[in-house]
Amino acid sequence: MAKSVLTVDDSASIRQMVAFTLKGAGYDVVEAVDGMDGLQKAKTKPFNLILSDQNMPKMDGLTLIKSLRALAQYKTVPILMLTTESSEGMKAQGKTAGATGWLVKPFDPQKLLEVVKKVIG
Amino acid sequence: MTVDMSQFYQVFFEEAGEHLSNMENLLLSLDIESPEQEDLNAIFRAAHSIKGGSATFGFTDIAEVTHILESLLDRIRNGELALQKDMVDVFLRAGDILKDQLAAHQNNEESDTEAARGVCEELTRWQHSDESAAPASTAQPPENPPPADTDTAAEQRYTITFTPSSSPAEHGVHMENMAAELEKLGAVDILAEGSAENPVWRFALTTAAPEEAIREPFDFFAQPADVVIEPAPPAQAAAEEEQGYGFFTDIASPEPAEEEAEQGYGFFTDVDAVRKTAEEEAQGYGFFEKIEPPQETPPTAASGGGAGRRDVGQPKGDAASPGKRPSDKAATAAQTESIRVSVEKVDQLINLVGELVITQAMVAQTANKLPPDVYETLQVSLSQLEHNTRDLQESVMSIRMMPISFVFSRFPRVVRDLSSKLNKQVELKTVGEGTELDKGLIEKLSDPLTHLVRNSLDHGVESPEKRLAAGKPAKGTITLRASHQGGNVVIEVIDDGAGMDREKILAKAKERGIPVSDTIPDQEVWQLIFEAGFSTAEVVTDVSGRGVGMDVVKRNIIHGMGGRIEMESHSGAGTRIIIRLPLTLAILDGMSVSVGGDIFITPLTYIVESLKPREEDIKTVSGRGRVVYVRGEYVTLLPLHEVFNIQPVVAEPQDGILVLVEAEGKKVALFVDELVGQHQVVIKSLETNFRKVAGISGATIMGDGKVALILDISSLVRLSQG
Amino acid sequence: MAPEATQETMDEVTPHLSQECLTFTLGAEEYGIDILKVQEIRGYEYEAVTRIANSPEFIKGVINLRGIIVPIVDMRIKFSLGEPEYNQFTVVIILNVNHRIVGMVVDSVSDVIALTPEQIRPAPELGSIMDAQLLTGLGTIDDRMLILVDIEKLMNSPEMALMDDAAAELAGA
Repeated sequence: MAKSVLTVDDSASIRQMVAFTLKGAGYDVVEAVDGMDGLQKAKTKPFNLILSDQNMPKMDGLTLIKSLRALAQYKTVPILMLTTESSEGMKAQGKTAGATGWLVKPFDPQKLLEVVKKVIG
Repeated sequence: MTVDMSQFYQVFFEEAGEHLSNMENLLLSLDIESPEQEDLNAIFRAAHSIKGGSATFGFTDIAEVTHILESLLDRIRNGELALQKDMVDVFLRAGDILKDQLAAHQNNEESDTEAARGVCEELTRWQHSDESAAPASTAQPPENPPPADTDTAAEQRYTITFTPSSSPAEHGVHMENMAAELEKLGAVDILAEGSAENPVWRFALTTAAPEEAIREPFDFFAQPADVVIEPAPPAQAAAEEEQGYGFFTDIASPEPAEEEAEQGYGFFTDVDAVRKTAEEEAQGYGFFEKIEPPQETPPTAASGGGAGRRDVGQPKGDAASPGKRPSDKAATAAQTESIRVSVEKVDQLINLVGELVITQAMVAQTANKLPPDVYETLQVSLSQLEHNTRDLQESVMSIRMMPISFVFSRFPRVVRDLSSKLNKQVELKTVGEGTELDKGLIEKLSDPLTHLVRNSLDHGVESPEKRLAAGKPAKGTITLRASHQGGNVVIEVIDDGAGMDREKILAKAKERGIPVSDTIPDQEVWQLIFEAGFSTAEVVTDVSGRGVGMDVVKRNIIHGMGGRIEMESHSGAGTRIIIRLPLTLAILDGMSVSVGGDIFITPLTYIVESLKPREEDIKTVSGRGRVVYVRGEYVTLLPLHEVFNIQPVVAEPQDGILVLVEAEGKKVALFVDELVGQHQVVIKSLETNFRKVAGISGATIMGDGKVALILDISSLVRLSQG
Repeated sequence: MAPEATQETMDEVTPHLSQECLTFTLGAEEYGIDILKVQEIRGYEYEAVTRIANSPEFIKGVINLRGIIVPIVDMRIKFSLGEPEYNQFTVVIILNVNHRIVGMVVDSVSDVIALTPEQIRPAPELGSIMDAQLLTGLGTIDDRMLILVDIEKLMNSPEMALMDDAAAELAGA
């Protein structure tokens, strides 16, 4: 059964790029437009991996990650934060919130695939 | 696998366009003295979003500008820098530059790099306007800045190794407290957690605080000797910067970290363990590397600090079985969802529904010819069919309806810039922004409306001095009002300026050889300014005054949009321009009339009334044909059979019907054989396959399948005058 | 404006392809036009035609062709070929030239013929009711002589008064 990925980003163009890239590699992809949407969608079916942007309206990435980690089914599911900077501060906040790792924007499709494969195969 | 990024460009362009629009609106409505935090955040997010997308898709020029814009906005929203009016001006200008850059990319053209550089420099100057310290990174492509210690000059990264004195059982609570304390000092990373076998903990801490402050939280838990604080090597951080990603893995072993360094990503936990866990879940069982004691307190939801830090292990059961997914609270969409649909699809849909309306009319007509008893049985169904068709049509038409705020939204900016330029003080008010009209009209309305507003600003509203001298407040007001009135959309541009000068306009008209008498009503005088090349402006500004605008405005409104334009004005008090547009371009409410057996459709919006005249009310005016006396005035008679060279059934007006119509302030009485009925018709183009016919604006298909022509009232009125 | 490649120019390039024509009669002559420009053939419904005011006589008016407004021209009137009759045999050829749909009334429609280049000779300068510019040649098959017309050029020409000047320019008339 194909692995499923939830991509959460308020930018449609980025979401589409991520979805297209991952689908092409055989993953199932669901898109969410902000943190709240992401949380709702995450609850509707199990995902193998969640990719989350940081700056989003309604609920930002860090809050989303924290909320996900509070759910039984997402305690250990890998969550990667997509961040435009990898400052120590950001990393620390991410780790504190419970992220599994990070990926810096802008990234290209190759890198994305590399990372995703590394995490969920 | 190579992904062709260009397929996402269009979405990005649209998205970025929306962000820029949003940003501009927010900037314009900002209260400089005390800006709303949420507004500042939203402006920041807009710039941030554009930056992310532009960088991802390789639009480096856009990324460059948005990068500095974003940094500056970030400082302002964090309260580090105060917002000032001139800053807002620069932001607005940056927005303009970005718009140009986007358009350039979209159309494969060159953008103005000079202007972009200029704006970048200005933004950078503002960025450092309060700094005397060493400058932070200036206009750079948004790659990550080198090592962490340039983030803020005084922060330093430390690695802290400590062995707690307390027993493992007490770890939990103590760790929470200590972690909280550490967090107060700066950003904390857990590099290694202590366990029963190896109680040593390692942290990374980035802080500006002095060492004593760092030691404090550990005082309760360990002997000073057991707490080792060392400056951390920045090199590893730098390396990770380059690769662009990282994992929060055990950084105790530098080799894997360096490997990650090249990668551009990283993991906080052991990735293999994570993957193994996932695989194990699939097979239904698995083992933990660390088994936490069962009394591990489940993390409280939304706990900021403690929960995420540990490798929380819990019995498999919860996670593995999809069946036990907690049911969603009914996703009450507090937000309305929307789908992007191409305009062609919508237009196609509208056409098809239009066809359906015609077909339904044909069915109804044919059914009429059936013997009455058969017709009876069909009656109910036919009625229902008509009802359904009308509803469907309304529904479909409403898809293309958009609120007029889409047009109005650009005006705060226009008014702001222009009043600045003209040294006038003008306030813009908008009323009825939610009034909806067809998307096609929205697009066509923008230019003429802009011209009218600029005109009002330039010629209508007086300078502050003049206004004060006239006893008016120095600040003038321009109001844009939109409303629905009887099947039309009415848009008004109202100013409280000097009003139009009747004498001046008449004089100018005579100068230009336009035949006018001094006694023509005001309404007709105002219409004169729509003549080509007409301008009574004393000073021709580059804004308006060359007289090329108003005639184009009128043409656009009347011919481009099937609308009408009227003016009202009072000297000293102000001017009101009224534009009436049909609700949609495709459907028309009309009265069908018969002339010599041919059917013509008269658009309802022009009809004043229909009447059967008395013979004595019809007079002949030598050299001008006939007129009819109606409601206190003499109106020119226009026999349609003469216009269209048809043999009429009725020869004399008193035996036929007069349809009184009004356009552009003038009235005309159309003389026809008889009235047939009132219909809502679908407008079909005559010009697709044929040429423009004088006096006809389009065609439609009637219930009997025949083509009927739609009268072009404005041109008929003009015809009757000359 | 680059003209659309007509069947004729294509034939110049690939001489071994034959050209399919629809043949019809007007008065005493038989004409042939490119079959690709023909959309359909209908009977002429007199009552269904809506007159257009102040048009030349040969423009009968417009009809509703499945929801589209299409002008109808009567070529017999245009070329003064005697009194036209409108009966159950009257035929209208619906043409699609350059995305414009026009109907033309003719005396009768014959058949579709494939003409090889050998069967086509250049058209004479004189002796035809149509301007030589509009003719692309003379086709002979068995003992019939077909006057081959560039129907697109004809319909776009100003004398047909089917289009505004601007549109005509665009069409490269």
